[in-house]
Amino acid sequence: MIQVNGKEFPWEEGMTVRRLLELKKYSYPRITVKINGQFIRDEEFDTKVIHDGDEIQCIHLMAGG
Amino acid sequence: MILKEYKYELGKIERGYNNRSLYINVGDNTIKEKEVTQFMKDKFIGGKGFGLWYLWNAVTPETRWNDPENEIVIAHGPVAGITQYPGSGKSLVVTLSPLTHMPMDSNVGGYFGPYLKFSGFDALELQGKAENDVIIYIDGNKGIVQIMESDIEEKDSHLLSEILTERFAKDEEDKKNISVVSTGSAADHTLIGLLNFSFYDIRRKGVRLKQAGRGGIGTVFRDKKIKALVVRFEGTKGNLNNPADQGKINRTGIKLHKEICDLDDKQNRMRKIGTANIIEVMDEYDLLPTHNYKFGCHKDTYKISSDKFQARVTQGLPDGCWYGCSLSCAKAADDFIPETGPYKGQKVIVDGPEYENAAALGSNIGVFDRDGVLELNFYCDTYGVDTISFGTLTAFVMECYENGILDKEKTGGLELYFGNKEAALELLHQMSRGEGFGKIAGLGIRRMKKIFIEEYGADADFLNDIGMEQKGLEYSEYLSKESLAQQGGYGLTNKGPQHDEAWLIFMDMVNNQIPTFEDKAEALHYFPMFRTWFGLMGLCKLPWNDIAPEDNKYTDEPAKIPEHVQNYVDIFNGVTGKNIDKHELIVQSERVYNFQRIFNIRMGYGKRIHDKTPYRSMGPVTEEEYLSRQERYDKQLKELVGFDPEGKTTQEKMAALRKYREEQYERLTDAVYKRRGWTMDGVPTIEKLKEIGMDLPELIEVVKKHL
Repeated sequence: MIQVNGKEFPWEEGMTVRRLLELKKYSYPRITVKINGQFIRDEEFDTKVIHDGDEIQCIHLMAGG
Repeated sequence: MILKEYKYELGKIERGYNNRSLYINVGDNTIKEKEVTQFMKDKFIGGKGFGLWYLWNAVTPETRWNDPENEIVIAHGPVAGITQYPGSGKSLVVTLSPLTHMPMDSNVGGYFGPYLKFSGFDALELQGKAENDVIIYIDGNKGIVQIMESDIEEKDSHLLSEILTERFAKDEEDKKNISVVSTGSAADHTLIGLLNFSFYDIRRKGVRLKQAGRGGIGTVFRDKKIKALVVRFEGTKGNLNNPADQGKINRTGIKLHKEICDLDDKQNRMRKIGTANIIEVMDEYDLLPTHNYKFGCHKDTYKISSDKFQARVTQGLPDGCWYGCSLSCAKAADDFIPETGPYKGQKVIVDGPEYENAAALGSNIGVFDRDGVLELNFYCDTYGVDTISFGTLTAFVMECYENGILDKEKTGGLELYFGNKEAALELLHQMSRGEGFGKIAGLGIRRMKKIFIEEYGADADFLNDIGMEQKGLEYSEYLSKESLAQQGGYGLTNKGPQHDEAWLIFMDMVNNQIPTFEDKAEALHYFPMFRTWFGLMGLCKLPWNDIAPEDNKYTDEPAKIPEHVQNYVDIFNGVTGKNIDKHELIVQSERVYNFQRIFNIRMGYGKRIHDKTPYRSMGPVTEEEYLSRQERYDKQLKELVGFDPEGKTTQEKMAALRKYREEQYERLTDAVYKRRGWTMDGVPTIEKLKEIGMDLPELIEVVKKHL
């Protein structure tokens, strides 16, 4: 299990940031991701692997409306 | 025939202010100048602040929207009219609303505001009621103001604006120097009339329209029998504000222009499709209001997605609604041919669609038809109908129709089920003609609820739950059910449920950045104050957060876009020569925000009871809604409410969820009032007014009765 934006979410083996965004259906283009407080560059989304127990922040930079 | 002519001395703007305003009474044809005092500038800054102050002085607690003393005030602000920073040509329009009976403010692009400023005035007050239709003309180069009888038969804005632009321009080249304010035929027959502000598009060789949409301002305009306002000003330049530090403004502007040029295609594509870029995003996050806010997505949303509109909207044009706006979001569909109504078969320009229009005229009424949305958009604009109120009230009517509260007999034959584009268009045409069920619908949801309950025997509780209005104003187009903060963003507002005060859905529901009541209250303090500031300046909100610096995400508070906040501090200081910082910026807004709250109280509203919201904005009203997201709601009952849904009926589960969510809203209300320095009944305290320098005798007199 991992934490995504403070809420539990099932972890899967080999889960990348990109895969997590797909599973969460986070399709908005301006998302910043932090794993355990560390920023992940957009170019690393396809390769950066998430580990069981990680705390992830997926911040949609949308102040909108 | 000219009824009155007034000549004035041309002046010079000093650091963003003319230091005078223009007062016109169309009832007795008075035209005069008024001094804009230092007190006004200190306390109210400009724009909406000036509008509220003039309105406060014009009306009493007994004044109704259609009394002659009600005013329409159009004001820009000290920063308005600069051409170096995107989004600097806004006007703010203030009046007593026929929908809410309180002060309404609505912001609008187009050239009228800046041209009014360059003509010598920081605000325009319109009071009184004319006997016959009048046109008001301001020649900002000759120093002449005229009230003249209208000889124009046309009643709709796209024609009125074109005719008057043609009439007052010397030649084709001069058309860009004209701006017309008008409304359309439906403003005569409904309470949801808007004002169209024009600008001449030199590339299209056509008149474009931007809308002061909310709250029925166009209805007040027609009640005064004003056909149009026209301003002409020749000689627009980038330095007409005579700013204190032109270099600072230039540097700040260049920085943002570069950002837009480099990043817009990767971020929000504002230059390609404007605010409609988020249609499918809202759908994917279950936030796109669908079928009267029952749901947040629909399988057919792809038919009205941004790429469908992008393919229809003319590309590659610098679509700014004021000079120098490189964000260029004022998109338009050219050579559109309506299939119905009086302009059927004619080629017209559709200004839009903006996101709100696509959601209101599309998903919320079940019209997943791009050209249907565009046709509704065109007719709303030219008839002078607020697209948001029209969409939201039509969605309400459709749900009533599908629930048997309305039938063909009551609607005069209109089969107003979700998705019936033809019926929605006919409803709109009826509003224009002042006929049939359109006349009832045009009264807005609050009055319709009363009619349906009293005359049709409808269930009052059900209608109050599904009727998406608060304070009398129809909701704008976001689903707030899963975001408590956004429920407050709609409900804990001054003018009603319009998202221009706070839009916190992603911060709250998706990012979970404001989990506690105190966090949400802080956001519902900061963002409404920050956003209020645009309306004091004559600025557009979009260049604040619809583009962001590449490194914004690494800042401490990315949702605030700190670099852009500093830009605004810099351009304000650059124009006025003052030396505010980002904290004083918020205090400037707080003064006007609290003033508006007290104005509401003075009019008999503005208390906690008026901040309550319909349950549809908080949670599932019907079994259909609950069952459509059963897994989500069951999980919340277990994890948040401590209620085991196992073996319970849907009605029992809905009741438990409702009790929880309504309690949450009350707790949020407590926290927000506390943060804003208000009593638990929503009244600004005298201590708070002292703190922000607004302990004016007339305000104390109002609040002390409620403390």
